[in-house]
Amino acid sequence: MTRFNRRTLLKASAAFAGASTLGFPAISYGQAEKIKIGHLTPLTGFLGALGAYAQLGMRLAVEEINQAGGVMGRQLDVMSEDSVNPATAATKAQRMLEQDGALVLMGETNSASALTIMQVAARNKKLFIQTGARSDALRGKNCNRYTFHTDIPNTVMVNAVGKALLRDNMVKDKKFFGLTADYIFGHDLLAAAKRFFAANQGNLIGDELIATDVTDFSPYLLKIRQAKPDLVCSNLAGNQVTTLIKQYAEFGLPYPIVGFNLNTADAWAAGEGNLAGIWPTVWYHTLDLPASKTFVDNFTKKNGKPPDNHAWIEYIAFKIMAQAMNETKSTDTDTLIGYFEKETQFDILKARKAYFRAWDHQLVQEAYTFSPKPKGQAKDKWDLITLGAAVPNANEPMEVLNPTKEQNPCSL
Amino acid sequence: MQFGFLLEQVVNGLVLGGYYLLIALGLSLIFSVGGVVNLAHGAFYALGAYFSLEITNYLGFGPAMVISPIAVAMLGILFERYILRRFYTADPILSLLVTFGLAMVAEQAIRIIWGASPLPASIPPMFRGSIMIGDFLFSRYRVMLLAVVAVVLLAVWLLLNKTSFGRVVRAGIQRPDMVAALGIRLQPYMTAVVMLGVGMAAMGGAFFAPITIVHPAMGAEIITVAFVVVVIGGLGSFWGVVIAALLVGVVRGITIHFLPAAGEASIYVLMFLVLLVRPRGLLGERIEKFE
Repeated sequence: MTRFNRRTLLKASAAFAGASTLGFPAISYGQAEKIKIGHLTPLTGFLGALGAYAQLGMRLAVEEINQAGGVMGRQLDVMSEDSVNPATAATKAQRMLEQDGALVLMGETNSASALTIMQVAARNKKLFIQTGARSDALRGKNCNRYTFHTDIPNTVMVNAVGKALLRDNMVKDKKFFGLTADYIFGHDLLAAAKRFFAANQGNLIGDELIATDVTDFSPYLLKIRQAKPDLVCSNLAGNQVTTLIKQYAEFGLPYPIVGFNLNTADAWAAGEGNLAGIWPTVWYHTLDLPASKTFVDNFTKKNGKPPDNHAWIEYIAFKIMAQAMNETKSTDTDTLIGYFEKETQFDILKARKAYFRAWDHQLVQEAYTFSPKPKGQAKDKWDLITLGAAVPNANEPMEVLNPTKEQNPCSL
Repeated sequence: MQFGFLLEQVVNGLVLGGYYLLIALGLSLIFSVGGVVNLAHGAFYALGAYFSLEITNYLGFGPAMVISPIAVAMLGILFERYILRRFYTADPILSLLVTFGLAMVAEQAIRIIWGASPLPASIPPMFRGSIMIGDFLFSRYRVMLLAVVAVVLLAVWLLLNKTSFGRVVRAGIQRPDMVAALGIRLQPYMTAVVMLGVGMAAMGGAFFAPITIVHPAMGAEIITVAFVVVVIGGLGSFWGVVIAALLVGVVRGITIHFLPAAGEASIYVLMFLVLLVRPRGLLGERIEKFE
């Protein structure tokens, strides 16, 4: 038998932990090299499931665009890689622009990684369509001229769910206990939630910051029980929400739960009978509109499962980019920025068309709330939720849910 | 009242420690007998979870909890026979590399077979909700889990200490050359130990699937904590690992109670302190072949 000592064991543990953070080799997607687009999205870690869907949505969009003759007669060539973490995301973005000849950067779900890619885009004066990260700060104090944001920001998610809570009399003089993801996205979401509570006389009596790699929530659940709130409010991110939902159902605490962020794929992972409460979403595959249904059918045929909201957002973002290049007949950064800043309208498979707000580059669009379907009513394992009506109402301007100029310090 | 809350966290931490124990004990056993640091241990934990979901679909929760660990233990035989066995006498770095590589292959294989998205899993209705004992709140499911861990622990202890199988294994840990001199081949014992070790990891995965996220990287998540437990407990010590697992659970719970931000760091601080005072771990034995 071999010689082996404790020091080697310690080194091995450290090496393993270190190597794990490096992630796995990139998956490259490309065909005829024409218009090159750099695509980054997390494929590992607590947002990995969302990134995997985003990649599928991107692929469907690129396939459709190329089959229809490409952009200005040129095929799209997308390099898609795992963004891993904020530092790696920035390095890869820089490499894609500098060495691989990417004309545009697209993608991301992690707000911290999106922030570093935004800085790379600005430094290189190249366009970045930031698809899936929701932190207000990205389109607020950290906004820049080269980045456009297609997902709804945190404030919109809070306001969408907030409207439903106000309607049900669940805010005024109620005690809330928060659980918040401990990184830029969670902090940002908590800030938006605090603004909402302050404006509507809700009381946030406690809040716990939770690291993104925590897999056991039981000590926090015991703290919630000690605090005896009226409602529990989740500001968690990615698969943290899945863990919370499962373990909350496990302990069966009596306080209703609401949340300001939950992605479809993470809701599906919670399992039947575990999901409860009211949550916001930017899109769901049961949306009853012809364009949306066609997308869902095509996606399902190709991938054997329906798209989640990140597949959808990647899909429409690539369609928006292709439309912009086709109509301007250009891949020039300034020309494209000018086209978006005209507040051009885009069909994003929803009832109302969307546009980028010129002063903060946020895609202004409808949002929805959802609640779990009662047991036994789901048609299949994807059909877990009931989608609420689109907010804002058809007679209100779409901007009402977004941060106002006074609330948003963005200056481009 | 404050004391009551604290006690509740302590008890909850003990329950969590029981779950760490399932994974760490196998890791420690395989290391003690074979001298191999099994970086692929987390992969067997993940496979246990995925197998249990598949089996639950056909046979229900109860059978899945039994069949899944057994199925993974069978994989453990192949793992020992065709991979580990070649590395007992080789440079330790080689076994580290091969098990690390295997962990990556297993994770990607899971990704290919079951997809990157997490799979849904639920607690069976009879174990849902919580029970109150005095003023303490317990998750019904975790109480059941703790009972299972206790039974497994007792069985493993009896196996190692009260059977002839256990005597050979314990002798093999200390003096493999003497065991060989007595004409006993250690290899079949090693196969059995690896089976037992990865089977326990799979059991951890199967039982934790309904309350955690079943996704391809779940193995990598758990193995770091398992290593911390093994290092704190000390090599070759059954009770060392038991105490360390419970300690890690309790320290984490208490830290989250008083200083939530330090919750995850607390177990590494604990490991640091233990190593400062007792470099061999809490109950680590002096194992000649490792000195």
